[in-house]
Amino acid sequence: MPELRSAALVGNPNAGKSALFNALTGARQKIANYPGVTVERKAGRLILPTGETIELTDLPGSYGLDATSPDEEVTRKVVLGELPGEPAPQVLVVVLDASNLEQHLVFAQEVIALGRPTVVALNMVDLAERDGLVLDPAALESALGVPVIPTVAVRRRGLPELAAAIAAAEERSAERPHPHTTLTERRVSAQAIAEAAILSETAQHRLHARLDQFLLHPWIGPLVLFGLLFVVFQAVFTGATPFADALEGGIAAVADQVRASVPQGMVRDFVTEGVLSGVGSVVVFLPQIVILFFFILAMEASGYMARAAFLMDRLMARVGLSGRSFIPLLSSFACAIPGIMATRSIADPRDRLTTILIAPLMTCSARLPVYAVIIAAFIPNRAVLPGVGLQGLVLFGLYVVGIVGAMVVALVLRSSVTKGAASGFIMELPKYQLPRAKDLLLGLWQRAWIFLRRAGTIIFTVTVVLWLLLNFPRAGEGQNQVDASIAGKLANGLAVVVEPIGFNRDIALSLIPAMAAREVAVASLATSYAVAAEDEEQAALALGEQLRTKWSLPTALAFLAWFVFAPQCMSTIAVARRETNGWKWPLFMLLYLFSLAYIFAGITYWSAVALGL
Amino acid sequence: MTLDSLPIGQRARIAAVDWAVLAEEEGQRLRALGLEAGAKVAVAHRGIFGGADPLAVTIGRMTVALRRAHARAMQVELV
Repeated sequence: MPELRSAALVGNPNAGKSALFNALTGARQKIANYPGVTVERKAGRLILPTGETIELTDLPGSYGLDATSPDEEVTRKVVLGELPGEPAPQVLVVVLDASNLEQHLVFAQEVIALGRPTVVALNMVDLAERDGLVLDPAALESALGVPVIPTVAVRRRGLPELAAAIAAAEERSAERPHPHTTLTERRVSAQAIAEAAILSETAQHRLHARLDQFLLHPWIGPLVLFGLLFVVFQAVFTGATPFADALEGGIAAVADQVRASVPQGMVRDFVTEGVLSGVGSVVVFLPQIVILFFFILAMEASGYMARAAFLMDRLMARVGLSGRSFIPLLSSFACAIPGIMATRSIADPRDRLTTILIAPLMTCSARLPVYAVIIAAFIPNRAVLPGVGLQGLVLFGLYVVGIVGAMVVALVLRSSVTKGAASGFIMELPKYQLPRAKDLLLGLWQRAWIFLRRAGTIIFTVTVVLWLLLNFPRAGEGQNQVDASIAGKLANGLAVVVEPIGFNRDIALSLIPAMAAREVAVASLATSYAVAAEDEEQAALALGEQLRTKWSLPTALAFLAWFVFAPQCMSTIAVARRETNGWKWPLFMLLYLFSLAYIFAGITYWSAVALGL
Repeated sequence: MTLDSLPIGQRARIAAVDWAVLAEEEGQRLRALGLEAGAKVAVAHRGIFGGADPLAVTIGRMTVALRRAHARAMQVELV
């Protein structure tokens, strides 16, 4: 064999592959995408006992080489060396859940039969022992014909042995004939191999069966889930505030520093108004995203997320979706981008497309600054019930309108453009496990890094372009810069279109830069009203007073209704294009969301005017 | 008797599956999870709020969620 450079982990979902990958590579990981597809490629550096370093890839979990989802398709192509630009890994490490051998050996045999250098990691042997299973790795090794190494990823047991086996893995194609071809034959032989490898088996009350009695209970289960979701949203919106404030303060301090040290002029304006306020206004959402992802990663690592999907399936089925769509939609409350990316685990293409198309209707954290400013300015701060304020109720109502809107749109789409047989819901419910702090931290760090990298690239670019559009051509003597700019001229054209729904030219102007990210609307309204303020809190307050004098209540309500639906986020459109491999669906998304936004803002405006508000 | 009418906790063996009523991809997924003729199964949980959908079925040491429509395509015999 040529010099060993690469190996890959393959196995069923829930085999503990990710934990093993983390234990083997530590923090020496990088996440990218496979060429041409958006499935995440997780790779890290594994140090062999010889001191050499090889690249270890963690392939998406799969039940077999016959792919049924985009994730599984990648695994198949990489294992077979069919993915252009991605050479087949030299050594395949098959990861088995020791307590579910009769199932996991089905795929394992398929991989081993390829004849490539293969090593088996008999993972989670500790959990098997907890379930009363004692296994004989030697029997398994002789039945499979490849080295079998017992491992416990979370306790780092068996890792040096596994690394040594990877280093010593050999070609075996000529050694063994592989008669098992059909799935049924592989399953029969998997059962026989598993039985022979089990030394003793005692019936034990399994932890997950008892937990499921409670968490999947037909009445208690949904209550626990909704209670948990309530806690998650509380944590996202209240827990993140001090961190967001600190970030905001930090960015403001940097801007002040720039103002103090750089002479007045285009360069300074570019740094403070363009870069810092643009990119900064997105970066302040990092705490919310980290907190939401903490819960999502913990729910996934513990095995609860599959139960949440189970509990939500019945509700989702009513609009033609399945419980699988719940996970991406939950992520979309932080940001539609990770939400849309999470749809890759949905096998049914129509289900997946529908979920992508409705994900932007979940109220993402970027809408909060817009809602907060308008609500503070126009909705009186009084209690409607003890402990329930009118302002909070309006905010809650905007979330509900988004969710209900998404459900109605899903129903309509599933009976029109994404019409097809009712999608199924088939999903393994993994064993419960205590999430490990190290794995959670690693996952959070990766999510945060992806978010910041995006802010530093896409959002940075868009901000710079918009700043240029707002500042060129330069205004002549006695002329307003905004009026003279390209963006101002565009706004004049747009104002004609949005006047019927109660929007003025200032709003039209704010909608253009808000295409980059919704929260930019606030900043650009503030700019166009030329509010002079020292910090952003004061700016928001002063902006509120400005708004009250310049906007009517119907206009403000129409503006809120607009933001429930309007697809004002370039990054979401870009991700939708990548995930659907073309411009057709993102354009459809833009069109239907803008139409809904226009119609609902109009209805809101004219109803409010008719009611004399 | 079909799998969807099996009482909770009752052990049974899948006798036959009417693959024709299932979408090809769903059939493939069910087979990949071992839900085919010969498999020993039991219904562990059924629906929420007293409904019948979805079902959680134990097979070996694994629990699989599936819809009632899938379970209805599977003939079972008690063991």
